Amino acid sequence: MSTVLETKNINKYFRKPVLFHVLKDINMSIKKGEFTSIIGKSGCGKSTLLYILSTMDTEYEGELYLNNELVTGQHHNKLSYLRNKHIGFVFQFHYLLSEFSVLENVMLPAKKLGEKSLEEIEHDARNKLEILNIGHLADKRASRISGGEKQRVAIARALINNPSIILGDEPTGNLDSHNSENVFNVFKQLCDEQGLSLLIVTHDEDFAKKTDRIITMSDGVIIS
Amino acid sequence: MAIAKTHLLSKIKQTSVAALGVTFGIGAYITLVCFMTGLNKMLDGLILNQTPHIHIYSEIEPSKEQPIAGYETLENSFKVVHSIKPKQSQKKIHNALPIMAYINKDKRVKGAIPQIKSNIFYISGSIELGGNLRGVEPLEEARLFDFQNYVVKGSHEDLHKVDNGILLGSGIAKKMSLKLGDKIQVSTIKGDVFPLKIVGIYQSGLAEVDDIQSFATIKTVQRILGEAENYITDINVKLYNIEEAYSMAQEMENQFGLKAVDIKTANAQFETGTSIRNLITYAVSIALLIVAGFGIYNILNMFIYEKMNDIAILKATGFSGKDVQYIFMCQALIIGLVGGLLGLLVGFALTSLIDTLPFETEALPTIKTFPVNFDPWFYVIGITFALVSTFFAGYLPSRKAKKIDPVKIIRGQ
Ligand SMILES: Nc1ncnc2c1ncn2[C@@H]1O[C@H](COP(=O)(O)OP(=O)(O)OP(=O)(O)O)[C@@H](O)[C@H]1O
Ligand SMILES: [Mg+2]
Repeated sequence: MSTVLETKNINKYFRKPVLFHVLKDINMSIKKGEFTSIIGKSGCGKSTLLYILSTMDTEYEGELYLNNELVTGQHHNKLSYLRNKHIGFVFQFHYLLSEFSVLENVMLPAKKLGEKSLEEIEHDARNKLEILNIGHLADKRASRISGGEKQRVAIARALINNPSIILGDEPTGNLDSHNSENVFNVFKQLCDEQGLSLLIVTHDEDFAKKTDRIITMSDGVIIS
Repeated sequence: MAIAKTHLLSKIKQTSVAALGVTFGIGAYITLVCFMTGLNKMLDGLILNQTPHIHIYSEIEPSKEQPIAGYETLENSFKVVHSIKPKQSQKKIHNALPIMAYINKDKRVKGAIPQIKSNIFYISGSIELGGNLRGVEPLEEARLFDFQNYVVKGSHEDLHKVDNGILLGSGIAKKMSLKLGDKIQVSTIKGDVFPLKIVGIYQSGLAEVDDIQSFATIKTVQRILGEAENYITDINVKLYNIEEAYSMAQEMENQFGLKAVDIKTANAQFETGTSIRNLITYAVSIALLIVAGFGIYNILNMFIYEKMNDIAILKATGFSGKDVQYIFMCQALIIGLVGGLLGLLVGFALTSLIDTLPFETEALPTIKTFPVNFDPWFYVIGITFALVSTFFAGYLPSRKAKKIDPVKIIRGQ
């Protein structure tokens, strides 16, 4: 099995307000089609790690590989491109552009990538929304749908460019158990049917237990 | 890009306020510039059109070479001549007709026409007033110097047609309570009295002039003065290009041995007035546009604060800093373009309105409404300035948007 994401000796410090060693020698790798969850106490550095993995945060020591290609030290335009093409990010708070329709939100990253025609993109976007059972919401404004629905729209958006990996920072943190269940099923299905890799930070023990692999963190160190 | 458009539409209120700022700035600029340059042009026109570009006359001045210098015997001695006085030479231009014909042949010259200046007395009943009677060619004067604009009653054509007609200064007409069609007598300094028929009233707007100045045809004046047909005291030249006036005046002075004064020398103070008015106009317009620019800057700044989350999402989903900057620059330029175009419309509407407003003064008998200069260049400058100022106003905020760190925003939630 090929490796999608790999870190070598990643260290991260916060210098303000005081010098603080958040991440200590993080070594990990995610294989293709693997559904991994990260758990750990609040403040142990899970989100920080995820931002580094997403290539948004570039201030760290160590090396990050995406599809066996060194990402560390690349120009930020190149990073934007990699993020656009290979990484889907789902946040705890369902970040959507509230003035746009659901469909437009989903289409946006594909438009940026510009590999397909507008009709193809729209077709793909509707397709992704169907997969997540929210096809009927396509033309609604993003600000006029419920939290659970927003989260699924965000997932659809993360999927639109058929990325190598989906990173999620407590994507179910704000959802009730029913919606949470729902999102998990969507992830599971994507993983099984399309061989998508997933790395999800969660506080939800039940959610974590159902995944293929659990990474436990404590005070900036991976303990298992 | 579509994002920029949607953003703007979603914040239609702020956007329209920003655009209105530009509209106001550009509209005011157009109005001000058109109106001010219109006024300037009119004032320039008043002076430039009725003033000859080159005025040739024979000046009464002391001879440059005093007769004593002619005595060879005194050549090496020290000469003192007390109280040099001009030799009372004739006011007449020698060879005026050939000189005029010669000047008229010059390609740079639009026309050269003769005038006769004479001092006379106006007599009506028992009143006797001193004044000037000027002999002119009415039709040529009208062609070159807009003479007809100052004829308030009757017409310059009548002056041309009617034998022994006179175009009386309005001040004289008033003082002597004379009107169109009346008879007036003029007397020369020598004492000869001639009856003339009033075919028109002349009004320049300057009381001093209108109180003494009248016009008759060259022939009439020659007859009154008892002079021959080649008696001419002044030649007025109009050029195609006013800039050549100075050098040509110099040229003529040397060539004909006459005094030739160009319009710039004669109206030096006038030029400065025009340029200062232009300066003020531009200073005020630029101030207006800068204010509008700050409005845009402010609103875009607010926009960016409001759209922090959107910016973070865009960046997280793979938009680069440049893309984000591009989006905000687009917004700024859309505001600039829409506001600017509206401003042009507003400016056009306002200037059209001003153009129809009545504006009547004693001084300018031919002007009935406010003068406005509809120069398309002002519109080009206006829209260019709108775009340039919005570009700069948008540049700083959009740079900030470019530099926003998505991690900070997402973490801060
Ligand atoms: N910008 C920052 N400057 C300084 N310290 C920071 C900064 N951001 C986070 N930290 C600290 O780094 C540590 C790790 O933060 P992080 O957000 O990664 O925790 P987390 O594991 O995601 O917690 P949670 O489960 O509550 O989301 C925390 O102790 C936090 O106080
Ligand atoms: Mg966190």
